[in-house]
Amino acid sequence: MAKILKKSPADLIFSSVTALASFSIIVFIAGILYVLISESSLAIKQFGVIKFLTSTDWDPVKESFGALTNIYGTMLTTFLSLLLAIPVAIGIAVFVTEIAPGFLKGPIGIAIELLAAIPSIIYGMWGLFTLSPIMANHIEPFLKKTVGGLPLIGMLFEGTPMGIDILTASVILSIMIIPFTASIARDSFNLTPSVVKESAYAIGATKWEVIKNIVMPYSKLGVFGGVVLSLGRALGETMAVAFVLGNNHRITTSLLDAAATITVTLANEFAEADNDVYLSSLFYLALVLFVMSFITLAVAKIFLLKAERKHSQ
Amino acid sequence: MKTAVGIILALAICISFTRAQAAETLNGAGATFPYPVYSAWAYEYNKITGMKLNYQSIGSGGGVRQVTERTVDFGASDDPMKPEQLQKDKLLQFPAVIGGVVPVINLAGVKPGELRLDSSSLCGILLGEIKFWDDEKIKKNNPSVKLPHSGVTVVYRSDGSGTTAIFTHYLSETCPAWKEKVGAGKAVKFPVGIGGKGNEGVANYVKRTAGSIGYVEFAYAKQNKLGHLQLKNSSGNFVEPGFTSFEDAAATGDFDPKKGFALWLTNAPGNNSWPIAGATFILLAKDKAESNKKVVKFFDWAFKNGDNKAKELVYVPLPKALKEKVTAYWKANGLQ
Repeated sequence: MAKILKKSPADLIFSSVTALASFSIIVFIAGILYVLISESSLAIKQFGVIKFLTSTDWDPVKESFGALTNIYGTMLTTFLSLLLAIPVAIGIAVFVTEIAPGFLKGPIGIAIELLAAIPSIIYGMWGLFTLSPIMANHIEPFLKKTVGGLPLIGMLFEGTPMGIDILTASVILSIMIIPFTASIARDSFNLTPSVVKESAYAIGATKWEVIKNIVMPYSKLGVFGGVVLSLGRALGETMAVAFVLGNNHRITTSLLDAAATITVTLANEFAEADNDVYLSSLFYLALVLFVMSFITLAVAKIFLLKAERKHSQ
Repeated sequence: MKTAVGIILALAICISFTRAQAAETLNGAGATFPYPVYSAWAYEYNKITGMKLNYQSIGSGGGVRQVTERTVDFGASDDPMKPEQLQKDKLLQFPAVIGGVVPVINLAGVKPGELRLDSSSLCGILLGEIKFWDDEKIKKNNPSVKLPHSGVTVVYRSDGSGTTAIFTHYLSETCPAWKEKVGAGKAVKFPVGIGGKGNEGVANYVKRTAGSIGYVEFAYAKQNKLGHLQLKNSSGNFVEPGFTSFEDAAATGDFDPKKGFALWLTNAPGNNSWPIAGATFILLAKDKAESNKKVVKFFDWAFKNGDNKAKELVYVPLPKALKEKVTAYWKANGLQ
């Protein structure tokens, strides 16, 4: 390495430029963290950490703020959207890599990538004007009629179906994150050595058996990576959800109720937050999301590393 | 070499050009509500004088912050700053245009403008105490209207807004229970209902949900043909929302130049006043005399020539007497 550097000054410049680019990311993150902490210091002083995280109060008039309703909404919509998106995304990936005839692979692949390129505000408007009436008039009454009467599960479908609720928001979110999971899952399915697959077919395995026993184990990690990426996207998604979630600071068990997520609250209330504690509490909320995303990604990374080690053994 | 000289020349020209442009530009920031009318005025004004208005509708809170930090030539805010605050931040304040807030309903069998509500029943509905449309309190004022026994769904603004500020200010003023339990502000903790993002969100939900009641800016109610209702004003008359009832509210409102015109037009006196209205305000930094004169010149032109444009966009121009008061205020502060 040192020898190369001595030989050519261009190399030295090149490597220092790349290093600078990489370090700038760390500087940016540190800078953002610093701003979040310093801006929210007023709210941190006033509400503390435990009280802010456990209080369900969000009252701009009385200047009393707590994050729990927002955290709850964020987690619930993210979880539901992953639940809806993962099976569909894996289904798409399996179809495209293993089942679809050659002439279909290209168009479906492009369609998935286009889905990822649509700006989220378009999803929001589409959700408000198109999806939400469909949910309110057809899907939600149907769910209420069929599973709404069951004990425990029925609790999830209480209330009037209005189409502006956790369920609609989760459906939109799931459509938005399908492309991420699907395209990464597709790429990792493609990495399965064809020799192994062909041998399996040669000894008489069916398509289902090959996918279940050969492709899936080989690409577990890649699929998991795609899910983590989607999770990150779902946690931070704002505009698409803002239009159909209602921004209601209450904790509810029914999926047909309005709720609030951290990002939706920020988008809705930032522009008109006029007193210091209010503004500071919004920054505090952003800090909470920052920490939440960090923890989620860290946990995912640890899992990935563990799995990788196991895999290489 | 030649290209380098060329580039430098081009840059120099660009810079001098933007300099020349900058001298003819007014920078403003603030409320989103008056943005359409300010830009319509600015378009006409630009054709006549060449002056450009760069108005960023970032919200009233942002407008106040920016003018306090002196980063813009003028700020715009939907809720008036208090005189003490104006004094402290060395700001001047005057109203520019009036807007009204209108409760809208979607109730089968009830024609637009047919339903009459007084403040206590409106308050009861929004507090969640009145749960059905055929409640005795509503029936009392509507003996001839056939009210269905359907549930009430309240739709409110989920984002912070001047519209909510005016509406909740009215409720706090007329209904002690609301003042005590909820209060007034740009974002409040609504006891019941669902939130729609922006006027368009609220209008959309009300249109779609049977038995719903919401509140939007007058322009939205008009453009979306939502069912409005009659409200009882402070003189005990039921009034319909419209240009005349807004103008009445503005004309009877006691705007005081000494207080920077700080006034809510809620529950205004006057026989025909619509009870939920408000002015939107312009804020100027006292120490920026040069740019202030230009801003004042623009609004002076708008007061004289902009009424039709404002009405076209469903804003209520200031009544004549108030315009004169504002002009006197400009003169008193040496801006004209």
